[in-house]
Amino acid sequence: MTTMKHAVSKPNSIQALLRFREVALLIFIIMLCLVISLESPTFLTFNNFSDILLDISVLAMVALAQAMIITTRGIDLSVASMLGLTAMMTSFTIRAYPHTPVGLIVLLGMALGFILGSLNGLLITKGKVPPIIATLGTLSIYRGLIFLYSNGNWINAFELPAAFKQLAKGTSLVLPNLVWVAIFVAVIVYLFLNYTQAGRDIYALGTNPEAAKISGIRTEWVIMMVYMISGGICGLAGVMWASRFEAAQTNTALGFELQTVAASVIGGVSMLGGIGTVPGVLLGALLLGIIQNGLTLSSISPFWQGAVQGFLILLAVVSDSSLQQRVRQTFTRRIPQ
Amino acid sequence: MSEPILSLTNISKRFAGVHALNGVHLDLCPGEVHALLGENGAGKSTLVKVITGVHQPDSGEITLNGEQIHLSDPRQATRLGISAIYQELSIFPDLDIAENIFVGRRPTLAAGLVDWRRMYREAGKLLDQLGVHLDLKTKARYLSIAQQQMVEIARALSVNSRILIMDEPTSALTLSEVADLFRIVRRLREDGTAILFISHRLEELFEIANRVTVLRDGAYVDTRTMDEVTQEELIRMMVGRKVTELFPKKEVQQGEVILRVRNLTRKGVFENISFELRKGEILGMAGLVGAGRTEVSQAIFGVVPADEGTVEIDGNEMRVTNPQQVMACGVAYVPEDRQHHGLVTAMDITDNITLPILTRFTRRGWLANKEASQAAYNAATQMEVKATTVWQKVRELSGGNQQKVVLAKWLTTTPRILILDEPTRGIDIGTKAAVHSLMSNLVGQGIAILMISSELPEVLGMSDRILVMHEGHMTALFDRSEANQEKIMLAATQAV
Repeated sequence: MTTMKHAVSKPNSIQALLRFREVALLIFIIMLCLVISLESPTFLTFNNFSDILLDISVLAMVALAQAMIITTRGIDLSVASMLGLTAMMTSFTIRAYPHTPVGLIVLLGMALGFILGSLNGLLITKGKVPPIIATLGTLSIYRGLIFLYSNGNWINAFELPAAFKQLAKGTSLVLPNLVWVAIFVAVIVYLFLNYTQAGRDIYALGTNPEAAKISGIRTEWVIMMVYMISGGICGLAGVMWASRFEAAQTNTALGFELQTVAASVIGGVSMLGGIGTVPGVLLGALLLGIIQNGLTLSSISPFWQGAVQGFLILLAVVSDSSLQQRVRQTFTRRIPQ
Repeated sequence: MSEPILSLTNISKRFAGVHALNGVHLDLCPGEVHALLGENGAGKSTLVKVITGVHQPDSGEITLNGEQIHLSDPRQATRLGISAIYQELSIFPDLDIAENIFVGRRPTLAAGLVDWRRMYREAGKLLDQLGVHLDLKTKARYLSIAQQQMVEIARALSVNSRILIMDEPTSALTLSEVADLFRIVRRLREDGTAILFISHRLEELFEIANRVTVLRDGAYVDTRTMDEVTQEELIRMMVGRKVTELFPKKEVQQGEVILRVRNLTRKGVFENISFELRKGEILGMAGLVGAGRTEVSQAIFGVVPADEGTVEIDGNEMRVTNPQQVMACGVAYVPEDRQHHGLVTAMDITDNITLPILTRFTRRGWLANKEASQAAYNAATQMEVKATTVWQKVRELSGGNQQKVVLAKWLTTTPRILILDEPTRGIDIGTKAAVHSLMSNLVGQGIAILMISSELPEVLGMSDRILVMHEGHMTALFDRSEANQEKIMLAATQAV
């Protein structure tokens, strides 16, 4: 069976390129760090990096949820609204009952997010609404609920107990708690995606939904599941956000959903579904955080921040689609001679 | 002959009132390769889907090992040991080979976590069993069609399938790949697997199959042992029906040559296609699905480039680079896939019909809507499109009426050469007759028609001459008087 061996060796080089994706991103990040450190000496310090990690922790968590959903060929535009709503509701709760154990508040936030995410999932699987439309609708609805729930009021730092504020900002083992929470979420998501049937089914569904159905994968349930997970993670992120910024506002995380999509795409998650890794998404979030931090340190106008981010997204997608084109060439039909 | 492992008795299945299967029988024995034969649309795919639980029959009985069963979904069929390898492979491009084999049934550790090590080990064993050597961590995306098939066969083995259905497994393979596949099929047969093998290539069936069941128009024709049957007999069983007077072909005085194609070649798709088309002539293109007919017509129309060869219209040789250029010479192309290429189904009838001739209704850059809808109305009336208004969305129309809209759209361009790709596929018999009589009228007006059709009666009934293709090559060119179904089938299956 010599013919078979032959055909494999060539595509492997493309595969090597694909694996290169995370490595290339890492090299890019390191080079960027060197450039920024020339500009601003405080950049390459432990404290600054601890700050960057703190800044991107919430983004990384929610981006992981977003990436899972994009891998199933969906998208969740309501993540920022879910985050904002759970932040507001848990903050109101802790203001009313300041002695509630912090762990309970975290669980409450996750439960609330889980319910909100389930609604998204139901709309998409039972209501047959395309994900982008369903979550665009709930984006507005959940944001509206924040206003209704709070009557437009904010929760300020002095209204929150110290224990709650320590949740995100306190440090253990040199890093802020929030960073540990994000690392914990990342590890769980990594194990879930790589070592559970349900996690692998996410990839199978994303790469070929029809075949997934024929193979006996309960595709509706898988889709429902990713939106529920997204809700749960947003709930956790909401509590963390309120704790970190010591406030819950009606405009909490406004527009944040686009950051999560950006981190996913830069990290190599394919909008066509089926492709995406946890390390990739984490690097995507890290890159966004470093750019924000670096540009601020170098006192460059915030306009550039947006422009640079946009440029990176396009770069990621263009390099992606040119790869896809190469792959398609290996699929051209031929006639038997 | 051993006892059948799977028996289907009197299976019928209707779709929208049309019998896709009507009283079909099939017996599968362990250790046999059973061929399923029939023309396009004879009901083979539907039968396969009944066996795999995708479709439930309206009536009839299925027994497995002598016990009557009811197959409600594909998972149940898999559990009972029935696996299918479909024409469109159910491969997961972004998963690696091992996971493709075990998708849906990955081995797990006690804690419920996926046991990758065991998965690779068992996948390796399965491929060894098949005599295939592939890197298990390669993503399926980078495999050839033949290799992907091997992965699917390994998947079937992994669930201990006793019944394996292969739907045209050889259609995309090279000869050496077919030989590899057959080696594996024979090995599976020796191990006692029952294999249902669908292929259009008759010579292959004589090589690999033990018995054959023939279907025609959804009905059961016969089951025979391969040793006792000849190719000619099989072809007669497949096509053996009378060509009815459905085809109102009029004798038309043919004019001069309007289209001449010489040695047209697109590497890897079709080679050395040459023919002439005269005014008032209908040239039928026959062949099996995938023979390259559509690709030839698209090359003539400039949708895809040809690598070699020439196209002459009115004696002027032209380098075809895009459809606009060919349209300007009076060529219209009605594609096969109406939903994707022929119509903008979300737009209304007027928009669709006037799309190619919009410039005609444009005044200083603005569209004269009233004139456009009037023109659309005239064209639609001429074609007898059944719709409430010309502003009705095309997707709300039936398949037959959609086809009429496509025809109306191209007729408004007053073409001199009309390329029709499967003009009557999937439409009801009444509309079919209307389309056929329209074609007759058009050639009466001196228009030349190039018609691709997989329906032999249509080809025979409507064409003045018939070009037959097989796997990218032109294998025959018959005159109307000398053509018959058997000859065309022979040329199309290259059994000559």
